[in-house]
Amino acid sequence: MRHLLRTPSGVIGLALVAVTLVIAAVGPAIWGQEAETVNAAAALQGSSAEHPLGTDHLGRDILARVLAGGQFTVALAFLATAIGAGLGTLLGVLPAVLPRRAGRLVTGAVNALVAFPALLLAMFTAVISGLGAKGAVLGIGIAFAPSIARLTQTLSASVASADYVAAARLLRVPRWRIATRHVLPNIGEPIILNLTAALGSSLVAMSGMSFLGLGVQPPSYDWGRLLFDGFSRIYVDPMVAIGPAIAIVAAGIGFNLLGEALARSVARAPVGGKQAVGKGAAMPSSGEEPVEGAVLSVKDLTVTFPDGVTPVRGLSLTIMPGEIVGLVGESGSGKSMTANAVGGLVAYPGVVTAGHMSLCGEELSTLSEAKRRKLLGTSMAMVFQDPMASLNPALKVGGQLAEVSLVHQGAKRPAAWARAIDRLRQVHIPDPEKRARQHPHEFSGGMRQRAVIAMGLMGTPRLLIADEPTTALDVTVQRQILKLLREVSAEAGAGALFISHDIAVVSELCDRVVVMYAGRVVEELPVADLVDGASHPYTKALLASLPDMETDRDKPLASIPGHQPSPADVGEGCAFASRCALATDRCVERPPLTRYDAAHAVACWHAETRKAEVAIG
Amino acid sequence: MFAVRRLIRFLVSLAVLVVASFAMIHLIPGDPIRAALGMNAPPELVAQRRADLGLDDPIPTQLLAYIKQLLSGEFGTSFISREPVGQIIVDRLPNTLALAALATVFALLVAVPLGMWAGIRTENGRNRGTEIGFTSTTGAAVAVPEFLYSIGLVVVFAVTLGWFPPAGRDGVISYVLPILSLAIGPIAMVARVARVETLRELSTDYIRLARAKRLPASRLYFRHLLPNTLTATLTIGGLLLTGLIAGSLLVEYVFAWPGLGMRMVESITMKDYPVAQAIILVYGGIVLVVNLVVDLLLAKLDPKSTIKEA
Repeated sequence: MRHLLRTPSGVIGLALVAVTLVIAAVGPAIWGQEAETVNAAAALQGSSAEHPLGTDHLGRDILARVLAGGQFTVALAFLATAIGAGLGTLLGVLPAVLPRRAGRLVTGAVNALVAFPALLLAMFTAVISGLGAKGAVLGIGIAFAPSIARLTQTLSASVASADYVAAARLLRVPRWRIATRHVLPNIGEPIILNLTAALGSSLVAMSGMSFLGLGVQPPSYDWGRLLFDGFSRIYVDPMVAIGPAIAIVAAGIGFNLLGEALARSVARAPVGGKQAVGKGAAMPSSGEEPVEGAVLSVKDLTVTFPDGVTPVRGLSLTIMPGEIVGLVGESGSGKSMTANAVGGLVAYPGVVTAGHMSLCGEELSTLSEAKRRKLLGTSMAMVFQDPMASLNPALKVGGQLAEVSLVHQGAKRPAAWARAIDRLRQVHIPDPEKRARQHPHEFSGGMRQRAVIAMGLMGTPRLLIADEPTTALDVTVQRQILKLLREVSAEAGAGALFISHDIAVVSELCDRVVVMYAGRVVEELPVADLVDGASHPYTKALLASLPDMETDRDKPLASIPGHQPSPADVGEGCAFASRCALATDRCVERPPLTRYDAAHAVACWHAETRKAEVAIG
Repeated sequence: MFAVRRLIRFLVSLAVLVVASFAMIHLIPGDPIRAALGMNAPPELVAQRRADLGLDDPIPTQLLAYIKQLLSGEFGTSFISREPVGQIIVDRLPNTLALAALATVFALLVAVPLGMWAGIRTENGRNRGTEIGFTSTTGAAVAVPEFLYSIGLVVVFAVTLGWFPPAGRDGVISYVLPILSLAIGPIAMVARVARVETLRELSTDYIRLARAKRLPASRLYFRHLLPNTLTATLTIGGLLLTGLIAGSLLVEYVFAWPGLGMRMVESITMKDYPVAQAIILVYGGIVLVVNLVVDLLLAKLDPKSTIKEA
């Protein structure tokens, strides 16, 4: 209920339905008398103070008739919905109960009927049963059954595959009992939600039939019939038609909005994920000078969301030309968010701040929008995890590559395509002329990832950001892609930021490793020193959890006990302390990232003392 | 292969429809001829009509005769006006189709950009105001039936302002109000679907990559986003067109539009069974054809959708 009242449409829907139901409940008792009072002297009057909606041909007050007629209108809608729901649920559950062939026949019939407009079916039954409320209600009820049956089928199919139904089957519970005991109770709620909206539709459909003169017949009247009567006078006294029309509109909208609000309050799924947005540039703040000659130099990069979640905390990173830097960490450590922040792709509520952030010596925050677009568009290339998803399924692969040149380099179409084909060849895609004209679904996973890398080569890449580019691929394809990345970086002299949760892959590909934990860098060191020189307990634990040829297969794989704190509740002290065997009282205070030599930095109190010990000893 | 399967399904549905329309006249309780001609009609006339229609033959013979008739383009004769029903359909169907087709095109042209705009504006929960306004307005707009839009439009733009003719088919201007009445609901519906699709596509990796490529907004949205939102939108568009054909029935009635729907309502009211039977058959046939075309079109546009179907 609270959810319902949170949105204006829920409030409006609830209010309209409440008013409709109250009028339906008390209408005839209060206004019934007046609605039937014939006054020949006042026949066919327009709107006046005494009769706001005018009078009909017998001088009866139309406002009173609208208020009194609500009960019949709503009752007919309920009746039609009940018929539709009963019939529909039956049709929907049948396939689960009947033998396979008969069940498929029912499913097929339902599917064929769903696409059939309700009004046509209602007309059909109206012809058969003659004019009148009975035929119309029956027709509308029958017409609604297929869509409710379809809903029941979809829902019961999902329930039927649930474990408890499978268990019941194994126990040889009769099919009919499975349907009534297990399936129906679990799909009741969504069906009832849908029926709220269906009530609105039946009310409107029934009014439509009556309005055509095919539904309720005099002396009975519902809103549709009142509209039918008023319609012929619409040019003279519009109010006589507008009154009943407003009643139908209000009730129809009310049930529909309420039904939607109910459905929303049950399934409160967030709309859209926290993903890429074009903006998200670094906000300028004071910081040290960027590192001379670096392709990427970032100081104190922080990404925060309004709800207090801070996935990246004061991260600094430098990448030199030709250097491949590996960014390692568990999922949730802020690796991908770092990539997004550097690429200017942090989603809308997220705010990126940095002391400085410069690409090829250009400070991004001070560049004009146009210049930044061009610099990022041509000098930076990104490769994401899932090659299946990174290419636009609707466009030809060659076109997706060529547009980089079209947009950023002002190339003409043939030249851009020629370059695209050349780049596809460069990433070892066989027969690139033919492949360029194909759509992504004709490519294998490895080939798509190659194509994405080729796309990055369309400009003059200085920085390559690869966010878990091999995670979704086969091991053999992985190797090829890693080789390609190294080749590309070496040939173009581009720096690369390689993001991975797999320290083994990183140690194979990269020159330098940056280890992230809970949004911060905890250690940074050359790959050559990784095995012997790693001094942060977390890095060591990561290394220790790697199985190798000597790992005893009989023992459980080594793992790090505990969990990484989520970005929302990283505390003041060392974030790793709770999982660290070396943790002491001192770890309540957060250790700063301390540089020991040009290449090695660690953020750990204990690493420091041990380093010192090593130095002394 | 999908096309063949789908075609077979179409033929089966068509057969069911023909049998249903045939059965209709037999399902009417009592004597439909007596009901149509009234209680005071002389018994000879009733007997004569029954014989004309072959209602006294065995049912299978009648069904065969009916199918033969249909195949030769014969739909029988109106009880009331004695016109051949085939002629009525030929005269009136174009008016109905023109209305439905124009309304569909208009609805799609307005709704798709509208939904995309709303989706782009409300991505990641931005602009809550726009989102709330959009969903409640479209939610309400969907719930209002075409015939009430027509009445509202007639009252405001024809009766009060006098800008458009209130009824009849007379020149381009007479199309405006009927098309608007038919299109408003579909616009709201399609715009909603288009927005949801847009939101979904915006969160995909290929849009993220396209953004990483720093494409200009126009290219990003029209070349990369639009084609991918169209499949689901057109599916709904197809369903909508069939709904719109039914809706045109009521709108024709309000505007006294000389189409099939108007005639069907008259024929049902006057128990002119041959006319009602034939028009229901035609409407049903149109619905089946539209569904077939939409499915085949979708299969061509998006090969994945046929896999789902199978």
